[in-house]
Amino acid sequence: MKVPVPWLRELVALPDAVTTEQLADRLTEFDLKLEEIIGSGVSGPLTVGRVLSVQPEEQKNGKVINWCRVDVGPEHNEPATDEEPAGRGIVCGAHNFGVGDLVVVSLPGTFLPELGFEITARKTYGHVSDGMICSEAELGLGSGDHSGIIVLPADSAQPGDDAIAILGLGDDVLDLEVNPDRAYALSLRGVARDTALAFGLEFTDPADREVPAEGEAHPVRIETDSCPLFVTRMVEGFDPSKPSPAWLVRRIEQAGMRSISLAVDVSNYVMLELGQPNHAYDADTIQGAIGVRQAREGEKITTLDDQERVLSEEDMLIVDDEGPIGIAGVMGGARTEISETTTRIVIEAAYFDPPTIARASRRHKLVSEASKRFERGVDPQLAARAAQRVAELMVEHGGGTILPGLTVAGEAPVRANVTMRQALPTKVLGIDVSVDTVISALTGNGIQVAHDAETGNIVATPPSWRFDINDPYDLVEEVLRVVGYDRVPSVLPKAPGGRGLTREQELRRRTGIALASFGLTEVKSLPFVGEGDFDKLGLDAEDERRDAVLLANPLSSEQPALTTTLMIGLLRSMSLNVSRGHDDIALFEVARVFTPKHGVEAPIYGVDKRPTEAEYAALNEALPIQPHHAAWIMLGHKVRPTIGAAGVDYLWSDAIAVAHDLANVLNLELTVRAARLAPYHLGRCAELLLDGQVVGHAGELDPRISQAHGLPGRVMAGEVDLDALVAAAPIVGPKPNFSTFPVAKEDFAFVVPTELTAGELSDAIAGAHEFVESVRLFDVYTGDQVTHDRKSLAYKVRLRAADRTLSDKDIKTAREAILAHAEALGAVLR
Amino acid sequence: MSAPNSDYDPVEVTPLNAAEVERMRDEGLAAVAAASTVADLKQARLDHAGDRSPLALANREIGALPPQAKKEAGQRVGQARGAINQAIAQRQIVLEAAELEATLKAETVDVTIPTDRQPRGSRHPITTIQDHVADIFIAMGWEIGEGPEAEAEWLNFDALNLGPDHPARTMQDTFWLSPERAALVLRTHTSPVQARTMLERKPPIYIAVPGRVYRTDEADATHMPIFHQVEGLAIDEGLTMAHLKGTLDHFAQAVYGPGSTTRFRPSYFPFTEPSAEIDLLCYVCSNDPAEVANCGTCRGEGWVEWGGCGVVNPRVLIACGVDPERYSGFAFGMGLDRTITSRYDIADLRDLWDGDIRFTEPFGLGL
Repeated sequence: MKVPVPWLRELVALPDAVTTEQLADRLTEFDLKLEEIIGSGVSGPLTVGRVLSVQPEEQKNGKVINWCRVDVGPEHNEPATDEEPAGRGIVCGAHNFGVGDLVVVSLPGTFLPELGFEITARKTYGHVSDGMICSEAELGLGSGDHSGIIVLPADSAQPGDDAIAILGLGDDVLDLEVNPDRAYALSLRGVARDTALAFGLEFTDPADREVPAEGEAHPVRIETDSCPLFVTRMVEGFDPSKPSPAWLVRRIEQAGMRSISLAVDVSNYVMLELGQPNHAYDADTIQGAIGVRQAREGEKITTLDDQERVLSEEDMLIVDDEGPIGIAGVMGGARTEISETTTRIVIEAAYFDPPTIARASRRHKLVSEASKRFERGVDPQLAARAAQRVAELMVEHGGGTILPGLTVAGEAPVRANVTMRQALPTKVLGIDVSVDTVISALTGNGIQVAHDAETGNIVATPPSWRFDINDPYDLVEEVLRVVGYDRVPSVLPKAPGGRGLTREQELRRRTGIALASFGLTEVKSLPFVGEGDFDKLGLDAEDERRDAVLLANPLSSEQPALTTTLMIGLLRSMSLNVSRGHDDIALFEVARVFTPKHGVEAPIYGVDKRPTEAEYAALNEALPIQPHHAAWIMLGHKVRPTIGAAGVDYLWSDAIAVAHDLANVLNLELTVRAARLAPYHLGRCAELLLDGQVVGHAGELDPRISQAHGLPGRVMAGEVDLDALVAAAPIVGPKPNFSTFPVAKEDFAFVVPTELTAGELSDAIAGAHEFVESVRLFDVYTGDQVTHDRKSLAYKVRLRAADRTLSDKDIKTAREAILAHAEALGAVLR
Repeated sequence: MSAPNSDYDPVEVTPLNAAEVERMRDEGLAAVAAASTVADLKQARLDHAGDRSPLALANREIGALPPQAKKEAGQRVGQARGAINQAIAQRQIVLEAAELEATLKAETVDVTIPTDRQPRGSRHPITTIQDHVADIFIAMGWEIGEGPEAEAEWLNFDALNLGPDHPARTMQDTFWLSPERAALVLRTHTSPVQARTMLERKPPIYIAVPGRVYRTDEADATHMPIFHQVEGLAIDEGLTMAHLKGTLDHFAQAVYGPGSTTRFRPSYFPFTEPSAEIDLLCYVCSNDPAEVANCGTCRGEGWVEWGGCGVVNPRVLIACGVDPERYSGFAFGMGLDRTITSRYDIADLRDLWDGDIRFTEPFGLGL
């Protein structure tokens, strides 16, 4: 809300000593937050001048300039000479003026912010131009669409008059941010009331005015519940050629609106002054009574902005016998608008249901000054008085008469009382607030207060313009505004002893620290993906990871879904790092992924009571599945080369090792088995299992996928369902239960069928005998020494007993058990 | 070895006379002293202390001497051999030390060659600041709440007194899941966790909720469709706005140091009443009159915007099953991304999301 300060000062007797900055600070403390103070910034001798002579001179480039003599008043004029009368010589490129016109001259020393410099006398086009004749644009005035220089109305000023004052360039304008609960402050009336309260001044309500009336004005027919009140008033004999007075134009322009014509300007002025949006119709274009009704589906209207709009049943219309003449509370129609020939005017002022207007404004993406006010709530007691004010201003400046009739259809809704215990402000704010302070704060807001000292109850009747006062706490806010937010003391509450992080939180944190300590760098990725991302990941058409949660309003139609795998984001980051010239890159991410539950809808409950447990459960059941995943990706060196030592590249096994190490951090052991899954290499992908359930995959990426992402060399990666791991993590890991008796180390080399995996044989050896402490594969051989369908696997096995030193016989028994178990898998000792 | 002979004159046995033993000893000592390598010394030992050395051979003659002469000659030869062996041992230490030193010298390296062979991992600063914030509140006895990011409309809006016509529910701000009739959104704030906590637990409740939230803002230098907030909620008997101020001041000091403080400015949020904006005393200039005018962090204001807060609106308590007659509470929320970008002079928010390793690596394992 832009508030011209002189206008505000007219409505509230603010002492001259209060500066604009002080005013703004105080209003900010009163919940009318200052965005900025807008001033023209024009300073220096900006003066009214009368053009004495105009001498067109054609330049070499064909351009015609005017060499003018301008009378800028005795104080500024150069003395008369034999050739020239007293005045100043000024070069001007504009042509929309003539001898005798009043113009605005910036004399040397004037600073114009729009130009960014101070005007000086300068030599141009063969003359010394002793100043500049100004256009609106150069002064930062108006909408800037007027070409040429400013020509003031004849006789409106004298040469030498201060043009800064005449043009209102010295006025400060406060741009205030009005919160949605303070609809009343979208008017000078509301801001003035708060200003009076803030400075402890008397307030005279500009809306307190007589509405003399007799009989009816233009008839009205309300056929919808969304329009409780509709008022019409009429003016006849209006002269449409009359201009708006300069002060009125200045004020509405300072308030951010454009001057259109007297009738429209007056309508807007009263909206700004009182907060009542209103509309002026050309009475001769209205056929029959004015109606208010819901639109029919598909009905059309051309609004004042020349847009044809298709309506829905939820839109509320203003109509006449011929059809729609406006979208109620949002914008009027073109057919009945005021024109250059309008002499009979119908003035409309109404109260509309705020949500109806809010929805219409959103539906049509049409935010007007009227809709902004109606959707927040317009004082329903204002309609007749605002219409009266509009009519009076029209007649005052455009002639004609106000017809005695006043039509009031419907009635203003009444606000309910709010009862508050007098101690509530103290209880809520933690400041001792006396009852007297409470009462004066409330009455200063226009709230009528009945205090019952016996019960300690304060019954508050909110004024018609306060839509935000419905609860006792709303009254507390008003008290705090007056008492001051800076009065709230600082007291640290004592929470009961907490239990620290939950186990899930602690384990997730531990996971992140562990992944970083493995040498991986954490990234965060945007979760938005599309079919193209899934294609690039090599997912086939049936892959369940393509079944993603879709957004109704994605930022990009290319990426309308929430990701089902963190690998897409990691590959994007990997590509970016490679494109920026990095060589050895290892990344991880911990974030949620999303899987939809199709055909489920979340219920919407009322808010006047808690939902039942079953209702709450129904909300949760409707949510997409959204577990935390952890994922990692590596490229380049795992160990970089240095002088005297070779580098080590990341291998497929490193990606699987991350999974194992991550599980170990959570006191879990994963098992792995070979799998085939995009985007992994068909022969280098491990399925990660926890108690037989697949919890993720790791291995080397299919080189075609790496290449498609612009990644050089081989890329290793993995992803696990972290929530599944965390849920399975035991409170205490394996017991540290170990034997101190000597170890016996035995090596075995087996020739096995090629299909047998090292893991299967290793598991068999580990389970062969109780003495087997550990099994480690140390060699895999294929080649001439074995047949083509065989390979050799060599293991180091450590044997140890819990209770004694192993005897030769013990060792023999264990070896035989190992051989028997291996042979059962087709392994033969070499 | 000669046979014992009682009338044998030791003086007449040349190798055993005193002068000869002395000469053999001196020769041996000279050879040891002359040895400049361990190998030389080994040769000197063979020549002068070995089984075939002159003194060893002389020693064999002693057995042939009469008892009296045997003792004298034995002493003489023994002392000479002892002197040589001692000299060898001392020389051995010296030469070995010298040779080891030479070897080590030869092994000298350039200690400035690259040593960063193992990649160093690091955590994203948003993660570590979330952990830091969680620890601050846990130290106050609070607990850490969390909830789903794809959330029910009712919990994200209705339960928090954001009625169906509130501007925040328009298509401009909220990501709606498809189909819209499913009434699901990407949570626009961490506040649904407030509602969830009240629905799931009985007061007293003291929770902080760091988390990821979503708005339909196109990504640019100062906007992202995702950002992070930390939300606080306290519900207990007798809580006032003063406790809110105390909590925020304490939080500010824990994050920004002992001199930190906050101030309230009036504001409006549907879920709190009264509501306030929180300003934080500028952590760069501290609103110091000498510095504030040139401070780029607060742009000369002395205070920086930190978040929003207020007393929990009783309507929210009612919708979440908390008796507003018995309990009151406060809530606050602030963005974490801005905290990171402003403290570390990060000009472009997108840097937090691109994944360039140079962004995250400087943060290491913690802030």
